[in-house]
Amino acid sequence: MASGQQWVLVEMVQAFYEAPAYHLILEGILILWIIRLLFSKTYKLQERSDLTEKEKEELIEEWQPEPLVPLVSKDHPSLNYDVVTGFVSAVSGHISEEMNLPPSHKIIVNGKECVNFASFNFLGLLESERVKLKALSSLKKYGVGTCGPRGFYGTFDVHLELEERLAKFMRTEEAIIYSYGFATIASAIPAYSKRGDIIFVDEAACFSIQKGLQASRSFIKYFKHNDMEDLERLLKEQEIEDQKNPRKAKVIRRFIVIEGLYINTADLCPLPELVKLKYKYKVRIFLEESMSFGVLGEHGRGVTEHFGVNIDDIDLISANMENALASIGGFCCGRSFVIDHQRLSGQGYCFSASLPPMLAAAAIEALNIMEEDPGLFRVLRDKCKHVHKALQGTPGLKVVGEPLAPALHLQLENSSGSRTDDLKLLRAIVDYSLDRQIALTLARYLDKEERFLPPPSIRVVVTVEQTQEEIERAAQCIRQAAEKILK
Amino acid sequence: MFTLVPFVVFRYSFFNVDSLHIHHFPHRPFVESFEETPLLVAVLTYMGYGILTIFGYLRDFLRDWKFEKCHLAREREEQKDFVPLYQDFENFYTRNLYMRIRDNWNRPICSVPGAKMDLLERVTPDYNWTFEHTGNVLKDVINMGSYNYLGFAENTGTCADAASECTVKYGVGVSSTRQEIGNLDKHEELEILVARFLGVESSMAFGMGFATNSMNIPALTGKGCLILSDELNHASLVLGARLSGSTIRVFKHNNMQSLEKLLRDAIVHGQPRTHRPWKKILILVEGIYSMEGSIVRLPEVIALKKKYKAYLYLDEAHSIGALGPRGRGVVDYFGLDPSDVDIMMGTFTKSFGAAGGYIGGKKELIDYLRLHSHSTVYATSMSPPIIQQIITSMKCIMGEDGSTLGQERLCQLSENTTYFRRRLHEMGFIIYGNNDSPVVPLMLYMPAKIGAFGREMLKRNIGTVVVGFPATPIIESRARFCVSAAHTREMLDKALNAISEVGDLLQLKYSRKNRHGNEGSDSFSFLESHQD
Repeated sequence: MASGQQWVLVEMVQAFYEAPAYHLILEGILILWIIRLLFSKTYKLQERSDLTEKEKEELIEEWQPEPLVPLVSKDHPSLNYDVVTGFVSAVSGHISEEMNLPPSHKIIVNGKECVNFASFNFLGLLESERVKLKALSSLKKYGVGTCGPRGFYGTFDVHLELEERLAKFMRTEEAIIYSYGFATIASAIPAYSKRGDIIFVDEAACFSIQKGLQASRSFIKYFKHNDMEDLERLLKEQEIEDQKNPRKAKVIRRFIVIEGLYINTADLCPLPELVKLKYKYKVRIFLEESMSFGVLGEHGRGVTEHFGVNIDDIDLISANMENALASIGGFCCGRSFVIDHQRLSGQGYCFSASLPPMLAAAAIEALNIMEEDPGLFRVLRDKCKHVHKALQGTPGLKVVGEPLAPALHLQLENSSGSRTDDLKLLRAIVDYSLDRQIALTLARYLDKEERFLPPPSIRVVVTVEQTQEEIERAAQCIRQAAEKILK
Repeated sequence: MFTLVPFVVFRYSFFNVDSLHIHHFPHRPFVESFEETPLLVAVLTYMGYGILTIFGYLRDFLRDWKFEKCHLAREREEQKDFVPLYQDFENFYTRNLYMRIRDNWNRPICSVPGAKMDLLERVTPDYNWTFEHTGNVLKDVINMGSYNYLGFAENTGTCADAASECTVKYGVGVSSTRQEIGNLDKHEELEILVARFLGVESSMAFGMGFATNSMNIPALTGKGCLILSDELNHASLVLGARLSGSTIRVFKHNNMQSLEKLLRDAIVHGQPRTHRPWKKILILVEGIYSMEGSIVRLPEVIALKKKYKAYLYLDEAHSIGALGPRGRGVVDYFGLDPSDVDIMMGTFTKSFGAAGGYIGGKKELIDYLRLHSHSTVYATSMSPPIIQQIITSMKCIMGEDGSTLGQERLCQLSENTTYFRRRLHEMGFIIYGNNDSPVVPLMLYMPAKIGAFGREMLKRNIGTVVVGFPATPIIESRARFCVSAAHTREMLDKALNAISEVGDLLQLKYSRKNRHGNEGSDSFSFLESHQD
């Protein structure tokens, strides 16, 4: 009704007159401000500069990428590999014969026949005739390749047999095989540990563990090599963090990753203390046993047998079959609860072709030899002690590693300050030894990629095949080389 | 369920519209087809998964409350108060869907994985939770699953003899890395041969195909570089790209417009936030995509690469030996110059019947990889008999062993592929991929049909591979056939008859194009699909 509306209007005008002055001024200012905002230009958060097409074309023209790979100088020391051949030509009179000599205890490097102190052939199985015969018969049955991953007709009865045998040998419930040693622990870690989980790792962990950690995207905490107090300190810190946020703590998984025998420092991990820490702080243990499988323990079962630790206390044991078993590939063993998960989520297992059956057959035969003759391990340990003692007192070089370790490092006592110069000196010692028919090698690392780069060293590997006389000769040769080169 | 229908209709609008690509590259028609999913099939598939999920929850409930016996392995008593190793819902799919049809995978064989194979018979007393081997062997099952494109998976013949000789001469293991003392003269011989085969300056071989990608891509790119990767790249390429630390951007599968847009944006705008120019741009593509059966559009990719100065990484895992008139892979197939591809990578597992991978390219690239690849420094080198198998088979393909066996096999593979695809298409199945690709995915869609197809084919003595989620999108599960040069016409016919029988039984003939007869069995003919 007109009168109602008019009455409202009158009320409004009246209110207007009755309002205090500051109120009117404030409202006026606000109204002016709103009008200003409405008409001002919009403010873009992310400035996508509106380049014209011509400018874009110019940018595209101008852009120069770096070369795909940086130039490598022709005389880079690692560029030319030492070549190992399988036969040596012996010239007698006018006839040149070829002698068959597969690379094993005696190895032909750059044309010279040497005693092998460089390949990880701990149990001397590289030249075992039994292993070769088994591999040959497997080749005759299955051919060479498997032509498929495990899920798609790549599972052979040989693989199943090898997994059963490994599980039985290590006295665990189940084992799983990978076709490449490096990929074993590098696929196992990301299968269990995801973003947000926490992993405590020793600083001296090998490169494949580091790649596994990188792929898992978890929080990595390094503790000083074999330092249980440092590890306990980190675990306590984590406990304090947990108490701040108990709900989150209930879902974050924790792992400790260690090696049985470290490849970079050749010493043992303190397993019993680690197991105590495991139960105290509720962390799971992943043990990498590439160097200690087939070496430590009364029957060669590795560092758990050596220390007498119950194998069920270790959640996952991973090892490669390329050292003691002298085949190719790797395996993980443990309880079914843990291992079965990798059959669907281990990348190196699901997305890769399976191990060629002849290599699996070779590994089974090598396991047979290991089971039949446990005396081998004692012989190997004696030889390790012997080599360790023989190399003591070399002028200018120190022996890094425990007496039980089959792969020792010889480092310079006084470094010259520059890694390249150190490497040159060590290489000179290696060349000197090669001339005198002792095959040694420098320990190789990727300088820029390693987290804690070990100092340059020469790797000396002990095998059961080396005789007393050869060990003495090698030690003598290294001593002479050190005296001559490291004056 | 009520929300499902609008969801399905909404989702349906994003399905790849019936894609049929016909291009005319010079010398070669390029015909790829990815027929779209029929609407009724899509709805039924979602319903199927919905029912399975409901049953899954029900069974989990019964298991928790001990009404049903739990077959799952359990954590130890001593570790019961540790943080659980697996989240329950992570394994939901494995427990309730995968377990039901688990017998279609991991079938153990006990013979050469050739055109015919012997399977070990397995029975399960408790619905796939455990398997027992009865000791019987299913003989002469036709193998449509192994990657045996040129038929080199054999235990007799020149390859096997040469490998035996090499085993005697060199042994089986090496026990050392390439940079230390594991570099045999055989490795050098292999690398020279591979370089000659591919037509590149130099090459390098590694022990595992998966590791070749995951260890070498980080050596080539790092922080500040950009990787443009195809949507459907293999897990090894994705892992290698992630480990390198570069920025990764994904372009739509085989879609050159998407790739070009990404390239332009990348160069014009530079790195995110700082706008500094990228150090390098690397394009990752595969030769044949094994789940789709599609072939990369290599001429277009190379043109783009040259225009925008990017680098190209071509993963020829499935295509080396299988494509091309001389078997040199996808570069040969299109008749292009191998030096246009910066990094040619491939594997020896598929067409050469061995194991391992290689990278080929310019000498600077290979010299750099010799020093900086993770594999040469830390991983054991390849085993000698495997190398010998590759050398013999490669020489055979090149014709250097004095026989025409290689050429015959290449022709046979090509003929088999064309015949197999044509017949399947005529029968009315939906087949994805390029007409020339020996990888043939046949669409199944519904989860129940995955299990049924695998089992029915095994009953008829044909071994097939079926794939579901997560290797494929959830409703696009498929059966994948790998045609081989070792398959004879009779074997293919037998397989095709069995497939047709099973297709009729399970109503798999969804296709609505090129139907020759069989109109009566098409129950979806009343539905109209979007024709392009």
